[in-house]
Order: sequence, then C-alpha cells, then structure tokens
Amino acid sequence: MKHFIQLIIIQFKEFYREPGALFWSFIFPILISAGLGIAFNNDQAHEYKKIAIVISEEAEKDSIWNNIFSNTKLSQENGYQTHSKTIKNYSNGETTYNFIKTDMDNAVILLKRGIISLILTQKDGKIDYLFDAHNSEAKLLFLEISSISNNSKLVSENEVISPLTKIGTRYIDFLIPGLIAMGIMSSVLWGISYGLIEKRSKKLLRRMVATPMRKSYFLLANIVSRLVLTLLDTLFLIIFAHFAFDIQIQGSIFGLILVILSGNFAFMGISILIASRTSNPQVGNGFISAITMPMMVLSGIFFSYQNFPSWAIPVIQTLPLTTLTDGVRSIFIEGAGILQVLKSILILSGIGIVTFTIGLKIFKWY
Amino acid sequence: MAEKNLIIKASNIYKSFKQVKAVNGVNLEIHSGEFLALLGPNGAGKTTMIEMIEGIQKPDSGEILIKNKKWDNHSHELQKILGISFQETRFIDKVTVWETLKLFASFYNLPNSRIEEIIDLIDLREKLKSYTENLSGGQRQRLALGVALLNKPEILLLDEPTTGLDPTARREIWSILHKLKSEENTSMILTTHYMEEAEQLCDRIVIMDSGKILTQGTLDELLSHSKSSEIIEFELNTDFEKFNFESKEIFEQTKNDKTKKVTLFVKSIVDILPKILNYLKENNLTAKNLICRRLTLDDLFISLTGRRLID
Repeated sequence: MKHFIQLIIIQFKEFYREPGALFWSFIFPILISAGLGIAFNNDQAHEYKKIAIVISEEAEKDSIWNNIFSNTKLSQENGYQTHSKTIKNYSNGETTYNFIKTDMDNAVILLKRGIISLILTQKDGKIDYLFDAHNSEAKLLFLEISSISNNSKLVSENEVISPLTKIGTRYIDFLIPGLIAMGIMSSVLWGISYGLIEKRSKKLLRRMVATPMRKSYFLLANIVSRLVLTLLDTLFLIIFAHFAFDIQIQGSIFGLILVILSGNFAFMGISILIASRTSNPQVGNGFISAITMPMMVLSGIFFSYQNFPSWAIPVIQTLPLTTLTDGVRSIFIEGAGILQVLKSILILSGIGIVTFTIGLKIFKWY
Repeated sequence: MAEKNLIIKASNIYKSFKQVKAVNGVNLEIHSGEFLALLGPNGAGKTTMIEMIEGIQKPDSGEILIKNKKWDNHSHELQKILGISFQETRFIDKVTVWETLKLFASFYNLPNSRIEEIIDLIDLREKLKSYTENLSGGQRQRLALGVALLNKPEILLLDEPTTGLDPTARREIWSILHKLKSEENTSMILTTHYMEEAEQLCDRIVIMDSGKILTQGTLDELLSHSKSSEIIEFELNTDFEKFNFESKEIFEQTKNDKTKKVTLFVKSIVDILPKILNYLKENNLTAKNLICRRLTLDDLFISLTGRRLID
C-alpha cells in the first residue's frame, strides 16, 4: 500500500511541476469556451450587414434601385467616401445595411475575405444578386435586400419574431458539453499514453518492473491520479461556464457523473492500448493525434455532426467522443435522466472493457 | 564444493534476434562475493547476456539459475535480491533525487534511514532537492547505482555503468563499487568495454565477442596465457629501417611505418632493456617516447580478434 501511495504522489508531482500540463488541462479549455462563447454569444440588438454594390454612376439613377436607395422605410445614415469607394448606410432600426460601392475585382476580394457575403450589380436592366448559394447567411441577406427592393415585408403583419432566449438553446450551451468531453479525451489520452510511452522510452518502466513493485499498482496509480485530474478539469470548466455564461445542468447530476466516469474509463482503456507497445514518444505523439484530431472534428464538439452526410452519421455516432459528447450534452441541455443516457454509459463502458483487456494483454513492460 | 557458493549458473545460453545471434552458447558461473566483468566491444552480446540474467529477456535455449531458482517461477523472490542498473536509465525529469529514492525504497518497503545511507554512499547529499533532469551524467549514473543498491542486493547487475562518463565521474563510480566490495558480501556482474574498468573492479574477467566467450580468468591468468607479458615501445624519428634487433627474448615485434613506432612483446623488460639500449647506442639510433608496460587486456583482445576493444 505504501508504494501505491508513493506512486500516486509521484504522478501528481509530475503533473503540477509541468507548467505546460497545467495550462493545457485547466486554462486552455477555459480560454476556448470564453473565446467561442463571446464570439457566438453576441447580445448586440443592432446588426450591421455589409453589401458590395458594383454599378456605374448612371446606373445608380436607374429606377430599379429606387426601392433600395430611396426606400421610405430605410433611413439614410452618415456615409463616407474614399478615393476608391463610397459607403452608404441605410438603417431600418434593427439592421444597418452598409452598401460599399466598388468595382467587381474589389468586391470579389471583399467576399473572399469574408467582409461581405453579397454583391449587387446590374444586368440587362435587372438587379443581379451574386452570392454563394450554400452560404445561409448570404441567402438570408439576399432575401432581406430582395424584399426591400420589392417593397414587400420579410415578416408580414400576421407574423411576429421573438428572440429565443431560453437557457440551453444558445451556442454556448451546445459548446460547453462538447468542451467537457474533449477535455476528458485530451487529458486522459495525453496524460496516460504519453506518460507511459515516455517512461518506456527512458527505460524507467523496465527499471520499475525490475523491483518488487506491483504492476497493477503502477497502472492503477496512473489511472487514479489521472481520474482525479480530469474530474477537477471538468468541475473547473462547469463552474466557469456557470458563472460566465449561466450554463445550467438541466438533467440528472447522477447520470452526468456516470457518463463522465464511463467516458474516462473508455479513454483510459484506449490510452493503455495506445501505450501498450511503442517506446518512441514521437510515434506515440502521432498515434494520439491520429485518434484525437479526427474525433475533435467529427464528434460534434464545435458544430453539430448532423452537417455531415447522412451515411456518415451512424459511424460518427459510435465514436467514443461522440458518445460521450452526446451523453453529456443531453444531460446539460435536454434535461436527460439516467435512463436516456444509459446507452451512452453502456457503450463507453464496453469500449473501456475491450480496450483495457487488449491493451493489458499486449502491454510491453520491457 | 565450489557448487556450494555458486550464486549464478548460466548453461548453454543461446539467444537470437531475427538473423542476429546475440548470444551463441555461453556458460557462465558466478560465486558469492565475486565481482565479474563481461568485457567486449559493442555488439559482443554482453547486454543481452546480462538482461537474460536480469529476467528481462528469455534465452532461446539454455538455463539460468540464480541461487538455484529460475525466473519462470520465482520472479518475485529474485527481484528482491537483485540490484539492477541499465545502460542509461533516465528517471522522471521533474522529480527530485530524494523523491526518486523514496519511490524506489517504497517498492522494497525500506525505511528512510536506508535512503540516508544510500545518499551518503553515492555522495549526492547536496543534490537531494535537485530534479533528476538537472543532474550531470555522472550524478545521474550515481543515482541509478544508488537505486540499484537500495535493497542491499545480493547480486548487483550493472550494464555499462560508466559508458559516456568523463574519467573523474567514472572514478567516482569505481570508488563506490570498491567500497561495496570491501564492506558488503555483494556479488556483481558488470558489462563494460573499458578494460581499465574490468581490471580495476573485477576478480574475474570474461571476454566476449560475437556472442561467444573468447576467454576468461583473473587478470593475471588472462595475461599469463599469452607468451609475452610485457611490452616495450619507442619511436625512432630517423633510420627507422636500420633497427634490426633480434633476440630469443622478443616474441614478437611490430614496426609501424606511419608513426615510426616499434613495439616489442617481451618476456621480461628488466632482462632485455639494457641490451636494447646498448644496441641503440652502438648503432647511433635515437629513441623517443620509450615506454615499458605490462601487457593489457586490449593487447590481449587484439591478439585474439585482430581488433581493438574500442574502435
């Protein structure tokens, strides 16, 4: 028992004496959530939309533009002029449209830089809208300008728009559970796999095994200390998100704990499997990146995996990170209870059991 | 009778890695309290041999008995009586010397007083609070030795403990091992390619090359096997060709055209040196850098294999 405690103490010392490890585990997830939370949690009531206009002076006087430039519902605000472009600002109270008058080359550059998403020009006496049909923001802007131009209303008198402010529906509500899952994956895979591979490469692993140290204690110490650290990470992020963005856990806390524990278990098994043979830290690095990177993209951390083709979705849903993310997210924002996340818990535990068994079987101590 | 204090007996050991026969039919015996050197160049099979004794590798065939026990069914007992140091073990970077010793001591359930003893033995008291990553090569190797000695091992297995160290650091390791030999009844196997190390530390020297034992014995035994036991060397800056001294007491002489160096393998320096000096004087030859020395293991290795120990 004495040596188990020593092994745990050493694990913690190794961790907190490495400033980089502290940063990546604790500070980095907070920075991501703060950054993305601010970027996508724009509370500004007034929106500004930039549109490029590519027409000649004479064409501007053409009657087809009247509804836009002389629209009674739009008030003209202060614009300005530089040697290359004229900016005209029109506002309908909620949105200000900045029309940037420029030539086509410039307009395309502005589009490529993401400054504008819509170009207006004139073709055969008609208004020509140029935009990327797959860009929903551009499509919406087209509809707005088009309805202004047709002197119709985007929202008729029989309709009303109310902003959705219910907690759990914001982007940050979607993001935080994803970041929790990603944090668990990174912390466990990098912490355990890399640590073991490095010890093997230094011949420290075989040095320790050459003593009467119990191998099970050694692995258990790795697992227990890492579990404590990831649970602290998770707790830290939840507390931060609660105070910074008013994130609430709407479902079963007990269910959440079980999902998080089974997620840790699954990734611990995977990390033992990754670290089971190689003694080259670079190879280990590659392995870990090859596993974490695709899952970070596919598993719906930053955006919904429903955007992927429908044939890919069932595959994506079986990835451990997706399973963990979906489980955590459903408890946070859908108010799921333990029964709703039971499937996630079982899948993650299963992954853990299989990978642990194989990993330990082929584990190379020397 | 000798079997009684036989502590390690390795018989007919073979071990191959893919196409390479690393150890090719080795028999080895070590008695209690004996210090044994496995001497040989890189690739001789020393590390494979010692790792099989350490239980890290399994021989393809042959049997290793340590205190009459095999690794297969007594690994836990054997781990307790062995002290091991690998070639260049590195410890956890940001863990101190004290913490490293404390960790390993916990595996053997040893009290802090034993750690204190070890720290004095390996002379690292000033470095107790240093992270292992900040230790010099010699200090790191001393720590590795300290870790190996924590459990007062009956058998110490050291794989190239001083490779890559400067002469001072090497001597520090040697003095620790000397101390051990005089104070404890420890047996030791040490692999090395430094003949000096084998000569300085070990009772018996086993010379290995290409997976086989070439010869073994005490230093004196090894050197007396060779007909000559002493060497006279000198350089002639001019008239190199003129030196033509023949004597029954010279077993072998070599002349190096490049360095103008003459090497004479002789039975007794005392007997022949005056004659050589006379010869030089009579022939008006000037000798420089005259050295009289004992035959070394390196000379022996050259005569056995045609190669030097360290290339």
